Amino acid sequence: MIIGVLKEIHPGERRVAMAPSVVKQSLKNGHSVMIEQGAGVIANFTDDQYEDSGAEIVENAYQVWKRADVILKIRAPEENHETGEHEAELLRKDSCLICLLNPGRNSELLEMLANTGGTAIAVDQIPRISRAQSMDVLSSMANISGYRAVTEAAHHFGRLFTGQITAAGKIPPAKVLVIGAGVAGLSAVGSAQSLGAIVRAFDTRTSVREEVQSMGAEYLEIKFEEDGAGSGGYAKTMSKEFIEAEMKLFAEQAKEVNIIITTAAIPGKKSPILITKEMVESMIPGSVIVDLAAEGGGNCELTIPGETCVHKKVTIIGLTDLPSRLPTQASQLFSNNTAKLIQHLCPDAKLNLDLDDEITGAITVVHDGKVIWDPEKPKPTAEPVAQPLKQETLVTEDHAKLSVKESKNGFWLKLLTWTFAAGLVVLLGFGGSSEFLSHITVFVLACFVGYMVVWNVSPSLHTPLMSVTNAISGIIVIGGMTHLSGDQIILPAVAVLIATVNIVGGFLVTSRMLEMFQK
Amino acid sequence: MPEGLLTVSYIVAGVLFILSLRGLSNQETASRGNLCGVAGMIIAVLATILGGRVGSIGTLMVVMLVGGGIGLIVARRVAMTEMPELVAILHSFVGVAAVLVGIVSHMEPGSLSGTELLIHEIEIVLGVFIGAYTFTGSVIAFLKLRGSIGGKPLTLPLRHQLNLLLVLISVLFGAWFVNGSPEEQLMYLLIIIAIAGLLGIHMIMAIGGADMPVVVSMLNSYSGWAAASAGFMLSNDLLIITGALVGSSGAILSYIMCRGMNRSFISVIAGGFGVAEGTIAVVSKEDDGKEAQSTSAEETADLLRSSKQVIVVPGYGMAVAQAQHIVHEITKNLRSRNVSVKFAIHPVAGRLPGHMNVLLAEANLPYDIVFEMDEINSEFNATDVVLVIGANDIVNPGALDDESSPIFGMPVLEVWDAKTVIVLKRSMATGYSGVGNPLYFRDNTRMLFGDAKESLNKVAALLN
Repeated sequence: MIIGVLKEIHPGERRVAMAPSVVKQSLKNGHSVMIEQGAGVIANFTDDQYEDSGAEIVENAYQVWKRADVILKIRAPEENHETGEHEAELLRKDSCLICLLNPGRNSELLEMLANTGGTAIAVDQIPRISRAQSMDVLSSMANISGYRAVTEAAHHFGRLFTGQITAAGKIPPAKVLVIGAGVAGLSAVGSAQSLGAIVRAFDTRTSVREEVQSMGAEYLEIKFEEDGAGSGGYAKTMSKEFIEAEMKLFAEQAKEVNIIITTAAIPGKKSPILITKEMVESMIPGSVIVDLAAEGGGNCELTIPGETCVHKKVTIIGLTDLPSRLPTQASQLFSNNTAKLIQHLCPDAKLNLDLDDEITGAITVVHDGKVIWDPEKPKPTAEPVAQPLKQETLVTEDHAKLSVKESKNGFWLKLLTWTFAAGLVVLLGFGGSSEFLSHITVFVLACFVGYMVVWNVSPSLHTPLMSVTNAISGIIVIGGMTHLSGDQIILPAVAVLIATVNIVGGFLVTSRMLEMFQK
Repeated sequence: MPEGLLTVSYIVAGVLFILSLRGLSNQETASRGNLCGVAGMIIAVLATILGGRVGSIGTLMVVMLVGGGIGLIVARRVAMTEMPELVAILHSFVGVAAVLVGIVSHMEPGSLSGTELLIHEIEIVLGVFIGAYTFTGSVIAFLKLRGSIGGKPLTLPLRHQLNLLLVLISVLFGAWFVNGSPEEQLMYLLIIIAIAGLLGIHMIMAIGGADMPVVVSMLNSYSGWAAASAGFMLSNDLLIITGALVGSSGAILSYIMCRGMNRSFISVIAGGFGVAEGTIAVVSKEDDGKEAQSTSAEETADLLRSSKQVIVVPGYGMAVAQAQHIVHEITKNLRSRNVSVKFAIHPVAGRLPGHMNVLLAEANLPYDIVFEMDEINSEFNATDVVLVIGANDIVNPGALDDESSPIFGMPVLEVWDAKTVIVLKRSMATGYSGVGNPLYFRDNTRMLFGDAKESLNKVAALLN
């Protein structure tokens, strides 16, 4: 079987659908590979490298379209501005095109492909199940996007990410908020973290909390009983109340963070607006927003897909070609994934589409002249469906009730105590002699002094403190001393004796302990 | 010496005591604080003698010399591990002194009459009551800490009602005492002392071993109140000030500790912790089926050598085995190998607050690598080896997730987050609170059985 690799014609696309190392692998699997001249040049793969790997270099795209059984590409087919031809029209009846097709948004394109009678496979439709993980192009690309989002942000952000204390003063670390902790989000979290920023992440799916924390970021939560885990490992759309709470959180965070990276893309649909114009305007001047959902319109109200713009000193990056900006690695990963896919589709070196297969059925969008993509097809998920937070919510509710009850009880108890205290004070005022009252004054004030003095004691000093207070309470020796006269001599003498033991022992032990404390 | 000078001396002494407590709340000023206390005490005693308040100076000298001598010897001899017991027994002395002062003050013929006499007599009742309570309570605490009495709380049926009854009877006798004839009065007073003593025994017996640190601190507070009540009896402001200082600071200290254990202050004072459900030796479910894995000194040494970060969690077992010095040896060795060694101290590790800090300081361990629970709990997951030395309840995961556990809700050191936990322990017995520990059955836990000091000696030898 001949695998043909086309040069990308989309302006600015730097990737190539197959890397030289994968060429070798394909040959080993019994395929032959032909590649359009110069296809890998921008991704730093030269024609010589391909040739050395055993690929046949062909002069133009027509030869690939004409001869190859399987045609590999990155971007969906589009009109070639130089020749005026549409790539889709070049597909042969008995050949198969494998590329990113985004069928949800490209129904016209699917029709064009169907008209040719050929087969089209959309690699972006690979189900998120463990078996298909090695073919999951979207994850590979998202990983790169997440990394690149951070470096793009760093490029536009006029400050360091890491906090430092230098001879020239202190640099506070940058604060990064990542919305959506999918593959791209987690990758962004990790990259920002390793640059030294303080990273926070938010996701509607509570199941990702641990993943976020494992990357070293803080997981932001809103107290709300709803879990956003939908099918296919994507988040589902949330209720209105949840979204309100969420938006409030974002508004608060926007004022504080320097960089926001949003990744909330819903495949085939318009991206939800999470960062409003007001939030952008509330950000610190110089802040950066990277909108990884720009392809679907963007999570930020002001995002211009494909472009970087500045609104009131806040840079909003809406680039849609982030993986393409790291072309060598992106091409490598893309071709590894597609190689696995081809392996799956052609187990014995021949294309054999089994549409009942979970993977093949999901990704084959055009076959036998018909569009067979079904957007409503449920996608199995790789992750176990996250447990809704029911239990936890119940617990918190209970807690809330309890604390309400407690605080009510506490109130009455307090009222009672204070009334009692007030009554006692009044009684004292009437009944007590002036001398007694002056003693009470001294007593109450001393109590407060003790309270103030001890309140902030460091825990390591609890023992010495106790030992010294013990020694000091030996002051009761004075009580014994003043009675040391007349016929009552034995009892006071005993009192003085043991009080003295207490005083001397207490102070000595304390000083012994304190001598041991050293830095 | 004129009366005014005496008063002024007392003021100076009072201020010095306040400065003393203030100084003791910070590591750097602690020694100065202790000196302030000593100075205050000397001034107070000298002023009282010079003020002509003491009848027989000769007796005083003899008694003070003897008492001072005993104090000196005791303080010199006592081992750091016996500190809790010493502090407890010293509290009882203050209690006895307060009782004696109360009795004497009653027998002294007074010139008071009317309301003043009434107030004076109420003060005496209160003073002896608190004094006697402090005395017996401290003795029980002392015996419990020494291990002469078991750590398990003694809980008689209807004990709260019983306590209340004892208090009410004392109030009744107090009323009779105030109204009684001089001959009867002494008897009533002695009965009150007996009842208060009984109450002290009963209350402290009902408090479980795990709460002992709080109890010691609480008794400290009581001894302060006893001194303050003696001050009221004698109309002596210095005694009132000092007693109130000690009393309130002790109470606050206890409160701080209760908060550290997530325990209600009232319930600790009322006693009987951990037995409300009638289940003392709760054997955790992990016990059946799963066996604890034991390890050797060799394996431990290897693990320590190859780690980047080690956290040591000392408990009462380290104090018992006197292992703090060898722990320091190992720490020095590991630090010279560029292994980061930290110490994690739980607020109630040991048998009195700050017990572990004192022991580690005795072993000359630098205190800047010793951390409190809140500071270090987040670090366990970045730690290769945790060395739990004779600690049990403070590293019990059941406190976090097992609602049936009596210590449920108490914050603990989350040692199980580390890669490996090595527990040094003599046997699989339960801790002081009598609760089983699921930590021992975790997959990343290894038990190093034997006396902590011997085991660590072996480890240290292997490290060298």
